Amino acid sequence: MRFWIFLLVALALGAGVFFGARYLHNDYLFFAGYVVLEYLVLATAWNILGGYCGYVNFGTAAFFALGAYTSVAIHKFSPMPIPVLILLGGVVSGIVGLGMGYLTLRLRGAFFSIATLALAVVVQTLITNWDYVGGSRGAYVVRPALAPLVGSYIQYLFLVMLVLAIAAVFAARMIERSWLGYGFASIRDDELAAEASGVPTLRLKLMATTLSGAFMGMAGAPLPYYVGYLDPASGFNLAYAVNSIAMPLVGGTTTWIGPVIGALLLGTVQQVATVTISSAVNLLIVGVVLVGFVMIAPNGIIGLIEARLRARSDR
Amino acid sequence: MDFPVELLANAIVAGLLLGGFYAAVTAGISIAFGILDIVNIAHPAFIILGSYIAYIVNANFGIDPILVSLIMLPAFYVLGGAVYQVYYASFERRGQEALRGLAFFFGLLFITEVGLVLVFGVDYRYVEAIYIGPTLRFSFIDLPLRMLIPCLVSLLMMLCLQLYLTRTFIGRAIMAVSQDQLALRLMAADPVRIKRIAFGISIATAAIAGAFLIVIQPVEPSVGREYIGRVFAICVLGGMGSLPGTVLAAILLGIVESITATFYGPSWAPAVSFGFLLLTLAFRPAGILGR
Repeated sequence: MRFWIFLLVALALGAGVFFGARYLHNDYLFFAGYVVLEYLVLATAWNILGGYCGYVNFGTAAFFALGAYTSVAIHKFSPMPIPVLILLGGVVSGIVGLGMGYLTLRLRGAFFSIATLALAVVVQTLITNWDYVGGSRGAYVVRPALAPLVGSYIQYLFLVMLVLAIAAVFAARMIERSWLGYGFASIRDDELAAEASGVPTLRLKLMATTLSGAFMGMAGAPLPYYVGYLDPASGFNLAYAVNSIAMPLVGGTTTWIGPVIGALLLGTVQQVATVTISSAVNLLIVGVVLVGFVMIAPNGIIGLIEARLRARSDR
Repeated sequence: MDFPVELLANAIVAGLLLGGFYAAVTAGISIAFGILDIVNIAHPAFIILGSYIAYIVNANFGIDPILVSLIMLPAFYVLGGAVYQVYYASFERRGQEALRGLAFFFGLLFITEVGLVLVFGVDYRYVEAIYIGPTLRFSFIDLPLRMLIPCLVSLLMMLCLQLYLTRTFIGRAIMAVSQDQLALRLMAADPVRIKRIAFGISIATAAIAGAFLIVIQPVEPSVGREYIGRVFAICVLGGMGSLPGTVLAAILLGIVESITATFYGPSWAPAVSFGFLLLTLAFRPAGILGR
């Protein structure tokens, strides 16, 4: 029952955000908000594998760009509504996640991380050499002038991403509190002991990579319509990988709320820094915040709050 | 249609030279990741840092880039020791190296790259030296000196490292640290100190590799990224922590990449090394000369 209450509250919050932004009559809010929400989905997706299972994925950009390029390929064939593209992008990235997990997840954690880095470059090379989706020249995607439901296209994209973000957070929360989440946590804490106690670790890890990859692909699917022009360098930008790691680690990796806090905080700071300072500096901020947090506050903001609460109750 | 023998022979020779250079790039990872079990994915960033230092000194004083890197060795050694100390205090001692240690090095990589972009911009930088330009020719085989010199110096460096690791007390202690830290402690050697020395050496090799890199090709801050997968591919393929294996795997990868670039076009070359890595990880994680 509590799941449905959570969903209702999240939907109400989402509706509040959307109509609040509409009331302000500022299209820039939608442009910036879209990026923050996109990162929210990526951070939540990363956390399903990285935070719950303890397997660090450096290849976020690969899954994300696969979703985006699935949209480009389908758009060239015949344009389809964005929700359909999101589903297809999720399916493609999910399958790639499953395949990669199958190849590498029997290895120790660090090997998996390196393999994800390698995957990102392999996928980027393939896309760069694939002329149908534009190759290294990139592809233009002309979006329709009018959008369904809300009229303005950027508002429509924002709304789609908002719904996707709510879905991702809802899914992450549900996973966390089910047998799946407990299985993931046992892998994170001691994989050998989990295996010995009869936890089907390989199957669970494969489920985590598939789910995580699928959500990343979904986050990428609307990208071509948002930017209008997509080339491999922007689709596979390292910033996606850094942000999707930094946000959960800053917020706290063991619960669904951590990536949400991290993404809202870092995402907003970056949007403000891009406008007020420069786009290179905002990337530097992410790097410094990431290193600072893992060194000083290993459990993120949530960890800091919990420590504060515990100290108060001890007194 | 007759087979282009000359083209193939030149591709193989070019691959050999490239492989020698790759060995220098991977040496640091073989020590850090192969022996010490520290997943230093920021290693290519230190290499780029070495390239930029060679560039600055070369542009201002006209000193040979490889000579500059030799002068910079102590500085990089100290830098490596400092990074290890931070890593040890923040992660290894607490047993959190898996997730947060990786994120730490990823952050370092990113900070170095963006920092270089902010200071130097994204223009390609290059150095000047007498051996950049001329080419030795033996009948139809080309030996460009800008590839040959780094390759030879790199092989010399690998030889010195191998002798150091197998013949000296500290070198043997470094090899031992990966096997049994307790036994090492019983031999009156402090594992943390040994690891600090080893990590310092690992970063010091980056200074030399960085000088090679900027001799071979113009450098901009994000060039290092394409080396991440390559160095780990070579390290894993050669067998964790085996320097002879590293040289062998580096040359193998150099030849395969060179042939791919010659016959299919340079844009396919990165996929080869990463494909290699994925296949090695999937089928023979112990590598060629694995322990």
